[in-house]
Order: sequence, then C-alpha cells, then structure tokens
Amino acid sequence: MSTTDKASTEAPHDPAAAAAAEATAEAAAGAQLSTAPLEDAPGGPVGIGVLAWARWFWAQLTSMRVALILLFMLSLASIPGSLVPQNQVDLMKVAAWKKEHASWVGVAEKLQLFDVYSSVWFSAIYLLLFISLIGCILPRSWRFVGQLTGRPPVAPRRLDRMPAYTTWRTDSSPDEVLSTARGLLGRRRFRTEAGAGSGSGSVSAEKGYLREAGNLVFHVALIVMLIAFAWGQYFKSEGGKLVLRGKGFSNTLTQYDDFKAGGLFDSDDLPPFSFTLDKFDASFERTGPQKGTPRDFKAYVTFSNGAHGTPEKREIQVNKPLEVDGSKVYLLGHGYAPVISVTDSTGKVVYKDAVPMLPQDGNLTSTGAIKVTDGYKNKDGKTTQLGFAAMFVPTFAGAGAGTMFSQFPELDNPALALNAWHGSLGVDSGLPQNVYQLDTSKMEQYKDTDGKPLAKRMVPGESMELPGGQGTVKFEGIERWATFSVTHQPGSGLALAGAVAAIAGLAGSLFIQRRRIWVRAVRGEDGVTVVEMAGLGRSESARLPEELAALAGALHEQAPSAAPAPPAPPAADTEPESEPAEPAEEVEGERA
Amino acid sequence: MQLAAAANESLAHLSNNLIYASMAVYTLAFFAHIAEWIFGSRSKVARTAAALTSSGASSAAAKAAAPAVQVRGKAAAAVLDKPQVVTRSAAGTRDVPDGPGAAGGTVQGDLYGRIAVSLTALGFLLAAGGVVARAMSVERAPWGNMYEFSITFSTVAVGTYLLLLALKKNVRWLGLFLVTTVLLDLGIATTVLYTDSDQLVPALKSYWLLIHVSTAIICGAVFYIGAAGAVMYLFRDSYEAKLVRGGKPGKFATSVMERFPSAASLDKFSYRINAAVFPLWTFTIIAGAIWAGDAWGRYWGWDPKEVWSFVTWVAYACYLHARATAGWKGRKAAYLALFAFACWIWNYYGVNILLSGKHSYAGV
Ligand code: HEM
Repeated sequence: MSTTDKASTEAPHDPAAAAAAEATAEAAAGAQLSTAPLEDAPGGPVGIGVLAWARWFWAQLTSMRVALILLFMLSLASIPGSLVPQNQVDLMKVAAWKKEHASWVGVAEKLQLFDVYSSVWFSAIYLLLFISLIGCILPRSWRFVGQLTGRPPVAPRRLDRMPAYTTWRTDSSPDEVLSTARGLLGRRRFRTEAGAGSGSGSVSAEKGYLREAGNLVFHVALIVMLIAFAWGQYFKSEGGKLVLRGKGFSNTLTQYDDFKAGGLFDSDDLPPFSFTLDKFDASFERTGPQKGTPRDFKAYVTFSNGAHGTPEKREIQVNKPLEVDGSKVYLLGHGYAPVISVTDSTGKVVYKDAVPMLPQDGNLTSTGAIKVTDGYKNKDGKTTQLGFAAMFVPTFAGAGAGTMFSQFPELDNPALALNAWHGSLGVDSGLPQNVYQLDTSKMEQYKDTDGKPLAKRMVPGESMELPGGQGTVKFEGIERWATFSVTHQPGSGLALAGAVAAIAGLAGSLFIQRRRIWVRAVRGEDGVTVVEMAGLGRSESARLPEELAALAGALHEQAPSAAPAPPAPPAADTEPESEPAEPAEEVEGERA
Repeated sequence: MQLAAAANESLAHLSNNLIYASMAVYTLAFFAHIAEWIFGSRSKVARTAAALTSSGASSAAAKAAAPAVQVRGKAAAAVLDKPQVVTRSAAGTRDVPDGPGAAGGTVQGDLYGRIAVSLTALGFLLAAGGVVARAMSVERAPWGNMYEFSITFSTVAVGTYLLLLALKKNVRWLGLFLVTTVLLDLGIATTVLYTDSDQLVPALKSYWLLIHVSTAIICGAVFYIGAAGAVMYLFRDSYEAKLVRGGKPGKFATSVMERFPSAASLDKFSYRINAAVFPLWTFTIIAGAIWAGDAWGRYWGWDPKEVWSFVTWVAYACYLHARATAGWKGRKAAYLALFAFACWIWNYYGVNILLSGKHSYAGV
C-alpha cells in the first residue's frame, strides 16, 4: 500500500515509470477485493529438498485450477455408479448384471464398479478435494480477517481508468464535497476512509464484505456436511422386518430379518420399543390405464415405547414414518401370506402357519415356499420333511385364461397353486437358506396317479391330498403382511444444518456484490472544484454503474455543477451517450 | 363422486385443448420471428467488424485515455443534468457493441418481432392455463409424470423469458430459438410422453413433492435459458475471433451474427442466469434428500436420479469456479456450463426412461 501512496503523491516524470506506477496503483485499487488464492501457482518446486517438493505439491493442491479439475473429476467419477448397479443400492440387480455381462465381471470387480461410492478411486478424488478445500479455506479465512480489520485502499491516481467513472465541476469546496461524500457513503453502510489526511482530496469506501463471508461459510458448510455423512456412515443402523397382521415386533437385534450397521454401531443403542401390526390397508387404482397402481398404504399399529411403555394406537404411512428416540420406522412393502395347514396320514395337524409370499409384480403375483421341517411322519411312521413350492395370485384370471399371473393386487379372486416334495429340506446344513425358495436337491416330488408331478390350484378352503393317503394340505385363508425398516441415522441433523448454512452462504456469495467507491475533489486552476467518482466491483454486475450513478446523483444535489461549464473536451467515443442501457462491464481483470 | 369424476374429465380435456392451442400460437410466433429475422437481414450495419477493425485494439485505450464525458449541459440552459457515468471494459475483453437484435433496426422487422413476442405471451397464457387446468383435474400439483413435467417445464422457460423482457433485459434475441425448442418439447410431450391425468403413487404424496419438483422444474427451465446464452456466446465469440484474426465470415453468418449481442454480453448473461439459479438447485437437491429421508428411510442412496442431480450440481459448481479462474474463463467455462446442462437434461429424459431406479413416475 505504501507504493500506492507514493504513486499518488509524487507523480513521476519518466513516462515508462509512470505507466508502471499506474499499473501498480490500479492493482492496489483492486487488491484484497477477494480472498481467492493466487492463480499463478509456482511453476515448479524451488530447490530440490523434500520440503520444497511438499510445498510445491501443497501450493498446487490448494490452487483454484486444481480445485476445478478435482471438482470436474468428481462429477465424472460419480457417473459409472448410475450405469452399473451398486451393491449398496440393490444386491439383486448386481447379481443380475453379473449374470448378463459375465465376461466383464472380473474387470468390473477390479475397478470396484459395484461399489463406486466407496471405491478407492472415488474416495481419493473427494478426499483430495476436501484436503484442497481445507487448505484453501484456512488461508482465505485468515486473509479475510485481515481485510475486515483493514481499510479500503487509497484512491488510484487515474480514477477514469476504473470500470465506472463520473465527474463534474462544482463551486463547493473540496473539503465540503468530501465530507458530504463520506457522510453519504457512511449512511449507505459503506466503510469509508479519508485518503491520507485532509487536503489530499479523496475518500475511499468499500461495501459487501458479506460476500466473502458467505463464500467462506459455504465452503465450511461443505466440510460440515462431509463430516456429518461420515459420522452417519459409522454409527448408522438399518434393519428390516416382515410383520404379519396380528403379529408383533420388538426392537432387538435378534428380531430382525436383516440388519446392517456402521462400523462403530453398538447394539445397545437400539431404542427399546415394540409394536403389533393390527391392520394393513392398501388401495389401488381400479380403472383406467393405470389400473393396479397403488394409491394408499397404511399400517395401523399398537405401539409401546420403552420396555414397559403404555400401548398406543399409531399409523405408519409410506411418507410418514414413526419416530422413536432418533430411530424411524418406515413402511416399505406389503404382500399376502396364505394360511396353510398340513395333516399327516393319521389326521393329526402337524403344521399350521401363515406363509409370507414374495411379490413378483405390481399385481402381487407372489411366490414362496412352505417348509414342514418337523413333526410329520409318513405312512410307514418314518419322519421326513415336506416342502411345497407355492404361487399365489390375489386375483386369478379364471380357469382356462391360460395365465397364472395376477390381474389385480387386491383379493378379488385369490388362488394358490402348489406342488409338493418330500425328503430333506437341507435346512440343517448350516447354510443360510432363502425362506421363499425350496432347495429340492435332496427332495423327491410327489407324483399323481398318472405319474405326473402332483400339482393343484386351490381357492381358500380347498385342500390337496397327498398321494397314497399320505396326508392333506389345506389352503385355510389369507393373511397380510407388511415390511418395515427401522433406521437410525445419526448426523442427519448436522447434515441439515450444514445444508442450510451452505445455501445461505451461497446466496450471500452469489448475490452480494463486493465493491469500492472512490471520490476525489480537487480545486482546479480556475478555482472551481473538480469532483471525480469511480467504482470497482469484485464481480460482473450491472448494478455497480447504477449505484455509482445514484451516489453521484445524491452528491451532485449537495454539490451542484458549477454554472459555466468549460467547453467539453472532445469525446473520443460518442457511443456512451447513445447507449447508456447496458453499462455493465467485465472487471475481473482488475483482480489479483 | 361420479359427478366429480366427470368434472375432472372435462377439465383434463380442457387442459389438453389449451396445450394444443398454445402450440398453434407458438407456431405463429415462430413464423413471426422468422419474418423478423428476414426483414432484419436487410439492414447492412456491420458494427462489429467496424468496431474490431477500424479502431482495432486501440479502441479501449482510446476510450480510456479520453477524458470522460463531463457535465452534459444543455447548451445555454441554466439547468444542469446529473453527472453521467461512463463505463469501461476490463483489459483483455473485446470492445464490441451489442448487435441491434433480430430486427436489425428495420421498422418492419421490429414490427414482426413485436408480433412474435405478443404471440409468445399469448401462447404462454394458454399453456399456463393448460397446466392449471391439469392441476385442477388431478387435484394436486401437476408434476406427477413426464408429460406434466414437460408442459410445466416449457411454460416456465417461456415465462422466464417474458419476465426478463418485462424487466427490460436484452433477451429478444432468444425468441426464435426458444419458441422452436418449446414447440419441440410440447410436441414430444403430447405425443410420446402423454399420460392420462391420474393420481399419484403413495411415494409421491408429500408436500416435499410440491417443493422439490417445482423448484427442480424452475431450475431446469432457467438453466435452459443460461445454456442457450452459452451456445450463442460460443457462436458469437468465434465470429468475433474470426474478425479479429482478419478472417471474413460468410454473408449469412455475418448477417445473423451481427444482430446478436456481443460475446461479452452473452457470456455475462449466461453467467448471471446460471449463478442466480445455482442456490435454488442446491436447495432442490436438499429438499429431495429430505423427501427421500421421509419416503425411503435414507437421505442419500445413490439412486440414478440422485447420482445425476449430484453430477449436475458439481458440474455447475465447476463452472462457477471456472469463471473465477484465469485460463478457464470464456470458452472453456461455457463448455462446462453446457456439460452441466447436458447432465440436467439427461437426468430428466435419459434417467427416467433408460435407467430404472426409485424415481420412476406413474406411467413413465
Ligand atoms: C467441495 C468442493 C467445492 C465446491 C462444491 C465448491 C463450490 C463453489 C461454488 C458454488 C462457488 C461459487 C460461489 C461464488 O462464485 O461466489 C465457489 C467459489 C469459490 N470457491 Fe469453491 N467449491 C469447492 C471447493 C473449493 C476449493 C478446494 C477451493 C480452493 C482452492 C475453492 C475456492 C473457491 C473460491 C476462491 C471461490 C470464490 C470464487 C470467486 O471469488 O468468484 N473452492 N465454490
């Protein structure tokens, strides 16, 4: 800043030196209008030591150019995850994809294409980006604090070189003009500074510091959000449970059908609560082209909070989870569970249960397996296991329609088709088994009298006889089930706070203009005061010239033009007169 | 119940008819714009070339060196005007005036241009009526499927354009391009994407839908106008660059390019539009995450739609960074803006149709 002072007080005589001094003065006028890092990161490491290299690397990493490249890489790197199915999203789809593109699986797995968002390369990009971000924010915040305590720089010598400029002559004295100007700017909440003592004739003013603050808040908020996500990843838990109507669930680890948790999750963190599914309502579009599309799902539950809470009635809907102590219970899906009973040859009921079937399409064509693991003895008194592969449709098209697919998701004409097996279900092998599928590798299928596999389609109340009087399977009725997911996502409050701060900061950063205004008033040789005003903005805005015009207008009222205007100097360009409509001009070049 | 259904049906019909009517009016506006451009081609002002060649590189310096206009005194009158503000380009930018617009300053061209804008406004009113009637027929916000999304999208884009015109911004150059693409959008909507009016699947029933989807549409429509600015900037910039290099663009190119605003103005226009909606786009994504949290139990699950929203967001952030980085301003930044918008469009058409995820709408 000392160079500026010199340049403006002792006008050099050598023209080249004058030009250089002018350039410095202009640079000083725009200096510190932003806290952006210097653009010309050093060309290469200075010296050869490890420290020099590290310093060079750091300078590169925290430069705007590298931040830009990392950002672009992040956007490109996110793309594969939308084209290749992700383990994290849908395991079934991943399996299907692998089957379809068998020859690619090896390469895809090496490239971690099924886990893009936790892959080494994706993580590397965003970690580098965030290191760059931190390395960028720290010095910027530091510089910003410096700017907050600093003063607006002294008026450059040639105000007419600034992007917006105006001048007039007045009879008021320079000191009067300057003090009026300072008051005027101060009232508009500019920070003002008189240029180097009275008599030197200028006022500097600056406004819009919030822009920089907003920008810093935005970038800090990004870090806060990242931390919140990481926190959530480590402590989150998510469990799924299928509940039959009339049955209950209590929130302990063993009750879940499937459970996923972050690395630092502790099962003691599960809040103690329980609920019973009293009723499940689903309605579907009955007519029109979207027949069968779901319209409304509602689960009515009796809920008790804590180990011994008082039961209360609650409803859970698709968009309205039940909230308990930081956990949420979501309604995810629903389906049917035919109630099946099995009697052995002696007429003893050895099995009776509602068996949930897995929906296969929008009309709830469902498949499943009924497994009679123990209690059944065949005619010879030998213990064996029974298995039934089942297909259930809530609305059967009718015999002879040639399809076993459901026509509508509600129970208009329910039908259940079974075929029957005996032998070993393989459930004791220790391997986890799919409850909806029958493993028939150690089983034998029952045959009817023609020697064809035994199969029967039944409506509720009907039953199927096993050949040779081995027993009976009865389709007793139909129950409903619903699946719930219980999730605990810590850190989401922090993420939300970060998001709100990010938007607020962004708005400040993009909508607030940081700008400087200078006013100079000097008594000319003829004794009339020449007033000059100029404005410089940090970003491109049409508002700067407008603001300068308004300020000039206000100051002009206090210090009106001197009546006998001297002959106007020859204008080099007549354009400004005819085209005042689009005055906004690029000023970015003035920076740095 | 039956009565209500009938009323809804007739509203849905009304909506369809309004959309067809707006298409007819937009078509007329299209022809009026063509007439504007044709009549405008008679004007022979070659201001850009003059600005770039006659005074050449010295023009900025000359302007700067000349003392600025002082008080514009009215000859002998004692009343003195307010001081005039003079503006000046930054070093390194071409000092080129904006073109006169499609009409090229011709009276007839201007007349047709005004007719085109009036017709566009009429088309807008009809289309907006169509959107509202659709909303009333389904008794919800009309953003449940891609047809509804498309008609709302083009209506908001035209609305933004008309609003900018009303604010006296220099955007009439956009007219022909906008009307053409809006016709295309409505054409696709009414033929390929048409879905009868109906209610929503349960996952879409939430007031976050109203917030998330409406802001998504607004962002898309405004980003679209920003992208149009970037495309025009690229054309006009190569035209100016060619002139600077001493090249001679073809007659047709000259006639068309002359009438557009200068590359610097177009670039700035595109930047301001994109920067202004970027916070809203950020908000849209966050609102979507909140909705996903309510509906599916997770705020962010890298569903294809979420992935592409994120890609779009990062790409626009990249563009804003590029604008602040030496060596990336100008053409490179414009390419980034177009890449970002391409991501947005892909997220809308490509992801909905080609990639299945949780974001599938009722009937596409
Ligand atoms: C996590 C990734 C990042 C995102 C999403 C992001 C986003 C943004 C956005 C949207 C803006 C526009 C606001 C404005 O123009 O005022 C911006 C500005 C800025 N960013 Fe970032 N940024 C990221 C990382 C970085 C990094 C690593 C740096 C440091 C090298 C950085 C430095 C800056 C600076 C200096 C500005 C102000 C530019 C100006 O003054 O016009 N950002 N950032």
